Amino acid sequence: MSPAWSRFAVAYRESTVALCAAVVLLLIVIASLAAPWIAPQNPYDMAQLELLDARLPPGSASAGGHATYWLGTDAQGRDMLSAILYGLRTSVTVGLSATLIAVAIGIAVGLVSGYAGGRLDALLMRVADIQLSFPAVLVALILIALLGQGTGKVIAALVAAQWAYYARTLRGVVLVERQREYIAAARVLALPLRSILLRHLLPNCMPALIVVGALQVASAIALEATLSFLGVGLPVTEPSLGLLIANGFSYMLSGKYWISFFPGLALLVTIMSINLVADQLRDMLNPRLRVD
Amino acid sequence: MSGYLLSRTWQAAVVVAVMSLLVFFGIFAIGDPVAMFVNPQADQAEIARTTAALGLDRPVWEQYGSFVAKALHGDLGRSFVHGTSAIGLILERLPATLELALAAMGISVLLGIPLGLWAGLAPGSVAGRCIMGGSILGFSLPTFWVGLMLIMVFAVQLHWLPASGRGPVTDVWGLPLSIVSIEGLRHLVLPALNLALFKLSLIVRLTRAGTREALTQDYVRFARAKGLPGRRIVFVHVLKNVLVPIVTVVGMEFGALLAFSVVTESIFAWPGMGKLLIDSIIQLDRPVVVAYLLLVVLMVVVINLLADLAYSLLDPRVRLSGASA
Repeated sequence: MSPAWSRFAVAYRESTVALCAAVVLLLIVIASLAAPWIAPQNPYDMAQLELLDARLPPGSASAGGHATYWLGTDAQGRDMLSAILYGLRTSVTVGLSATLIAVAIGIAVGLVSGYAGGRLDALLMRVADIQLSFPAVLVALILIALLGQGTGKVIAALVAAQWAYYARTLRGVVLVERQREYIAAARVLALPLRSILLRHLLPNCMPALIVVGALQVASAIALEATLSFLGVGLPVTEPSLGLLIANGFSYMLSGKYWISFFPGLALLVTIMSINLVADQLRDMLNPRLRVD
Repeated sequence: MSGYLLSRTWQAAVVVAVMSLLVFFGIFAIGDPVAMFVNPQADQAEIARTTAALGLDRPVWEQYGSFVAKALHGDLGRSFVHGTSAIGLILERLPATLELALAAMGISVLLGIPLGLWAGLAPGSVAGRCIMGGSILGFSLPTFWVGLMLIMVFAVQLHWLPASGRGPVTDVWGLPLSIVSIEGLRHLVLPALNLALFKLSLIVRLTRAGTREALTQDYVRFARAKGLPGRRIVFVHVLKNVLVPIVTVVGMEFGALLAFSVVTESIFAWPGMGKLLIDSIIQLDRPVVVAYLLLVVLMVVVINLLADLAYSLLDPRVRLSGASA
């Protein structure tokens, strides 16, 4: 490991909670990537489902006695553990793709706005401010109402709800960084604008972007789950955790808690661990707290 | 001040106009409501008749023009599904949503300020740490998940409170309200608490930060040196200054409460306008979706405007910088 990385690792390990959260997060990502190989069944292959096994409580054996449903089954006799692993995969994928697109847009707008200044900056930031003055869930609902439902459209709604955070953050950092000597030096050398922006300015803005990004991934996942729970999110063919929770909701009132509870727990642990990791990153990368 | 007021109002009007365009054309671009109203075996003539009856055969611009003209008269079209006025449907549900949002705001202020003061006055204590830990939870838990847990614990396991609906409503000056009867209040507690949780955490953190900052200020030290009792310092000197940002946040966040009530209403089957929106999106009931979005956008814009103005009245420094921008 390079010295920078090992210094980073040492600083990160100072908080036990953050270390645990990072380990949990790593396990979640691995589990969601490996879902098709580690899940006991493919929960969306109808041939593998047995209706006789519907709504079994956690720990029950299947009718044929060939398997144990550790987290119970849902109304179609689907193993909840498998459904959660697949749902996690969908939630994480959608959350991450939306964040990456939003970051890309945020970088473009923030760099241009902060570096160019003037009327373009005023216009872009006014748009961002107006967008931020609306609650994220309202922005997402407007987009869903406009575009209709589907995976791509949910991602578009999440991007629309979040790009402004990145743009605002990046612009703030760019305004500070562009006053620094290394930018003046790059200008004096008459480096092309693209290389000043992308190779000199952007790398120095990364810490702030990473912190905001880490926090926003969690809220992207939560927002997607909310939309899916409301029935206006991802299609039934790609159930995310939110949809699993919604499906179990009606059974919760009759005491069959596990159909909703375990997907909810998975969502909760995911969001909490991302937030804890993000908090630790913020403490480490915040220039005001950093002692070099 | 009047210049600032004018420019903020103008900006708000532009936002509402742009939103109306966006929402109208966006909604126009998706789905075909005609398909929902004619039976699949219908012939061309019947489809054309339905299209004409719904006004969908005219050019988009004409539809938008008549939409705006009517909107300014408070008419946002008829619901395809219910056959009644879209704005009427929403206004009928508005009291339920407002009651829920106000109750949630009440809970977050009445609990949040004392808890935040406590955490700010004793930051290292067990109680202070617990309050801050709880506020982190309140921030990161998705609203709908908390709602489910509330139902699971208080309605299904303990049978203390009802899980859904609004209970009996009583007319107060023509407004149907739940809060005035015991049974209605029991229905209100869980949804209001659910909706309040996020704002509660926000107010706790703001109050704590404000308190800690105020405690280091000269006027507090001077009050201490004068020998004023601790209670007076906290409730008069500290609290007064902490309240300025909180007033603004309460104003700004009220719009968010209205938006988030969509989620809470869906979980607790609260018959407000949020539930109506979700049903209408799924049924492609275009006029109701347009009317809801426009109404809520208008409310958010007006609330933000009022909060901005309130802030500039409370804190003269903001007024000066705002006027030059």
